[in-house]
Amino acid sequence: MRRDSRALVVMVLLLTMGGAACGSKAKPPVARPQPPASVADNSPPPKPPAPPQPIAEQPISVPPIPADELSGRSIDDLNRDSPLKPMFFALDSAEVSGEGQQILQANAAVLRKYPNMQVTIEGHCDERGTAEYNLALGERRAVAARNYLVSLGIAADRVKTVSYGKEFPFDAGHDDAAWANNRRAHFVITAK
Amino acid sequence: MMTTRLRWPVLGLMVAASAVAIASPSAPEELRGDRAEAAVGRAGGQQPTSPTQPTPPQRTAVEVTLTGEGGAQTRLAVPDLIALSNDQETQDAARVIGEVLWNDLNYEREFYLIPRDTYKTIPSAASMDTVPFDRWRELGADGVVSGIVQRAASGVRVELRLYSVRARQSVFGREYTGSVANPRLYAHTFSDELHLSQRNLRGVARTKLAFSSDRNREAVIATVEKREVKEVYIADYDGANPRRITINRTLNITPAWSPDGRSIAYTSYRSGLPDVLISNIFAGTMENPTKGVGQNFLPVFSPDGSRIAFMSSRDGNPEIYVVNRDGSNLVRLTNNAATESTPTWSPSGTQLAFTSDRSGTPQVYTVNADGSGLRRLTSESYADRATWSPAPYNEIAFAARTGPGFDIKIYNIASGETRQITFGEGTNESPAWSPNGRHLAFMSTRAGRSQIFTVDRDGRNLRQITRDGNNWTPHWSQ
Repeated sequence: MRRDSRALVVMVLLLTMGGAACGSKAKPPVARPQPPASVADNSPPPKPPAPPQPIAEQPISVPPIPADELSGRSIDDLNRDSPLKPMFFALDSAEVSGEGQQILQANAAVLRKYPNMQVTIEGHCDERGTAEYNLALGERRAVAARNYLVSLGIAADRVKTVSYGKEFPFDAGHDDAAWANNRRAHFVITAK
Repeated sequence: MMTTRLRWPVLGLMVAASAVAIASPSAPEELRGDRAEAAVGRAGGQQPTSPTQPTPPQRTAVEVTLTGEGGAQTRLAVPDLIALSNDQETQDAARVIGEVLWNDLNYEREFYLIPRDTYKTIPSAASMDTVPFDRWRELGADGVVSGIVQRAASGVRVELRLYSVRARQSVFGREYTGSVANPRLYAHTFSDELHLSQRNLRGVARTKLAFSSDRNREAVIATVEKREVKEVYIADYDGANPRRITINRTLNITPAWSPDGRSIAYTSYRSGLPDVLISNIFAGTMENPTKGVGQNFLPVFSPDGSRIAFMSSRDGNPEIYVVNRDGSNLVRLTNNAATESTPTWSPSGTQLAFTSDRSGTPQVYTVNADGSGLRRLTSESYADRATWSPAPYNEIAFAARTGPGFDIKIYNIASGETRQITFGEGTNESPAWSPNGRHLAFMSTRAGRSQIFTVDRDGRNLRQITRDGNNWTPHWSQ
């Protein structure tokens, strides 16, 4: 029950982040072992169900992107509608949360499926910290996300990091939603 | 023509003194404007080709110190200068120099500057020997600055004099010749020289501010998201004459002047990753003291200009490092699992202040330049961007979280007391001391967007410096 509700949260999160861009695509049939039907119906096709464990031995959990779909898209197109989702942080924190771990596990699954894919993790902060200290905080966020990916077996040389502090906010707003959206490790695909 | 009309013996001596002043290394190159660098203007007024410090001009005449009546603050009037040539440039220069000089003298608050609109009716003296002293006395002025601007072969000749209204004589005078392209510089130079002569004060009228800005509204190339470029700019201390320093269409932030005012170090993403670059703004060359190793941020020059402190994640975690300007002798100053950031030097160069969150929140610490003697200064909910004031003040200013945003606070090192000088108008961040320790530049959102402001160390004399685009992380030249 607890596991399910957490999965639901992840699904909703993934949906809100990528749903609009994915909505028009044809959905490949997905056989999912556990989640409730309503969640599976609404979930965007390229998302992994992100089971927290076990990671390696579940081929069915690999996102249903055909390999040739990836090769048919430019890197810019991929980044516009990325199979790698951002993970979010608490205020003034560079700790990878439980939800963050699930997102990184899903991203790791994508990276495993496409072994030529190289990424840069951008560390971003909200405007409530100072410009200077946020450069360091963004650095720690990017490194924390990278370290977790490496702990999942992703080769370190496939993942670069860069801190942008609060210099490049994703959301120009000045409210809780905007701030939450701006505290992130953002994945940019640099090679496929 | 003017020099043949000089009247009083004291004035003749003053002109002789002025000639010395003009030949001295305190200002000449900018005023002549005959070098490429004069187009940018020099910060701090140091002579680029000479290793010696600028010296006040030698004086062949005794200069009298002007005081207020009965110990009151000295009241000065600065009317428009008199244009002795009819062309528009000279007329404009005469007007601009008067306005700017009034502002410059007002800025240091050493004198009370009588508002200019109260003496619009006092007739301009047709020449310098017809100053209407009785009218100035009526206005309650202790001193009046009069001047002339005249076309000269090299551009323009500017003569400025401070008269004692009571003594009806000149107590201080300077004469400059040079380009008419930037008349403000004559006012700035005279203001600094007058403050030095009359109050033994190092004014800031010729200093400059460096900051980062998105005013060009260019987008970063090759990103999917819309991201705005930030470039490093400089401007006069009052915001005039803004100049763009970096042109690479990416992030160029946290600029810091070299002590000689000829270079600016900053965090640049020019290569794609953050690194420390130095732009030699007159030579038009660039340096990379960190040699591209690791990711490097937030550079600051040591007071002697030989070393650079910066933050780097090269060893896996944001720490403070110091390196010689040529890239040699890299020293890691902190070694801690927490985040260390935002270094700044003490005026003597023997200590640094920086930010660390080893206590759980970002706080300001000081440490000796060899890494010993760590000391925590602040107990705020969040403190960053320390700036160490020059002598005689023994203070460190920083940005402290006071609510949803930040305010500027000043920590007195001797007393251990902290005072606040901004109070919740927008967020107020990134303080930087003026070279005389009397003013702070900082970023504030109080006017809507992010802009550079200056304020005096007592929290008075607030001025908005930038208005174009957003502007961040100011740093004051020496």
